[in-house]
Amino acid sequence: MTWIWSNMDLIWDRTLDHLVLSVPSIILSFVIALPFGWLAHRYRASRAVILTTVGLLYAIPSLPLFIVLPFIVGTSIRSPLNLIIALTLYGVALMVRVVADGLGSVDRDVQQSATGVGFSGWTVFWQVELPLAGPVLLAGLRVVAVSTVSLATVGAVIGAQSLGSLFTDGIQRGIQEEIIAGIVATVLLALVLDAALVLFGRLLMPWTRRSAIGVAARNSAVVAGVTT
Amino acid sequence: MIEFHAVTNRFPDGTLAVDDFSLVLPSYKTTVFVGTSGSGKTTLLRMINRMVDPTSGSIDIDGADIGTLEPVKLRRGIGYVMQNSGLLPHRKVIDNVATVPMLRGMPKKRAREEALQLLDTVGLDRSLANRYPSQLSGGQQQRVGVARGLAVNPNILLMDEPFGAVDPIVRAELQQELLRLQRELGKTVVFVTHDIDEAFLLGDQVVILRTGGKVAQVGSPAEILANPIDEFVATFVGADRGKRSLHVENHGDGDIVVDETGRLAGVLVGSSTTSSRASAASQSGSESQCGSESKAGPRGPGASAQGGDSR
Repeated sequence: MTWIWSNMDLIWDRTLDHLVLSVPSIILSFVIALPFGWLAHRYRASRAVILTTVGLLYAIPSLPLFIVLPFIVGTSIRSPLNLIIALTLYGVALMVRVVADGLGSVDRDVQQSATGVGFSGWTVFWQVELPLAGPVLLAGLRVVAVSTVSLATVGAVIGAQSLGSLFTDGIQRGIQEEIIAGIVATVLLALVLDAALVLFGRLLMPWTRRSAIGVAARNSAVVAGVTT
Repeated sequence: MIEFHAVTNRFPDGTLAVDDFSLVLPSYKTTVFVGTSGSGKTTLLRMINRMVDPTSGSIDIDGADIGTLEPVKLRRGIGYVMQNSGLLPHRKVIDNVATVPMLRGMPKKRAREEALQLLDTVGLDRSLANRYPSQLSGGQQQRVGVARGLAVNPNILLMDEPFGAVDPIVRAELQQELLRLQRELGKTVVFVTHDIDEAFLLGDQVVILRTGGKVAQVGSPAEILANPIDEFVATFVGADRGKRSLHVENHGDGDIVVDETGRLAGVLVGSSTTSSRASAASQSGSESQCGSESKAGPRGPGASAQGGDSR
């Protein structure tokens, strides 16, 4: 424990580095996945192509990607930008399918009635389909967030600073406490981001928690009414 | 006034949904399209707000061909109520009702004020305004659906099996509410149902459709009932099974009206017995006659006004 107490500043700095890598990647994954997921949902022909492509993307091993990417996009290998691009690719790979499924989960009746009362094409998407896909999108985003936080540690192998640097450094210098601190801090960070997303979802989608209670209560009332 | 001129609608796969349909739907009256599934009744309704366009033929509203109008603008001027209410589950009741006026550019504050008044109109307590649709009962949701349909104060109200998913007691209540609203507001209502009793109760003009969107018979409920044009219509309205032929049986406590199948249809009012005794008798009567199969018993007194009950 002494190592941890005397190196709190270092752990905090690496945590910030880690946030700088993962938060933009998570946000970018979502923003980029949205149009692709929409395309995959909207057009049958594009669905197979898009979903297979992003599926393959996820199959690329991370370490080679971190090394090859600078040659393609021209960043320096240790630049955070290099890592952010790679992490975003993995996030997109996970998220596109989620967006397609989420939009597909929206009740057809609700869409039809929104159109029927006079929502135009894009207002149906932004005001009806996207918010109603919200719970599925949130579930997917939570997976992306946790997986991004854990993947970001791999960057330490090529020298990009993150909480992963605590493992690499700890292994090289034989400081067990540093390794453990790295692991625990990574897990904690993942949990914090996950909790933040859940909270964000509750604020943004208040109807989901209330309806869950309302429906359950009503169903049991109906059942009681039928059996008596 | 809505006019269908030789309207045909063919699905992409070639099946005819509506075949050469011509009809005038008079203003301020309720026209009911009734038929089994596949009779094109919903397609007919959806052609009025251009959710579906005819393959050939045209539809005029007050003399203007709607084919030349912009669909979104057209829809925002027509009330639309559908089965399962079609409410937006992520918006509060009040915002669901205020939605279309706001789409038309009404300021939020005013739209919400008017939405509250509309809740009064459809008989909903204002305390429900801030709930989400899933927190309401089916009947309440359907009332919100009607309030939303009325929100832009449309001349035309399209109702696509709006009461199909609620239980019989709530349905009867909603039907009476609609009749009351129609007396007060005088809209041109186009109503789709597969329930002939509902059609006869609500419709000034009833259109019976057969499979493939062909008209079997058009007329007032009385005309159709008194004079079914063919076997199909007779079967559909239940005249062939004796369901519309009623006779009176005396049960000691009161006079009970029974159809030819022995199913209890109601009680004879105006006879010497008190109504409470008659209704008690009607329930025991239904048990002795039809066993547990008859659901008509408790509803008997209400159904007597219509002279029949299909369920």
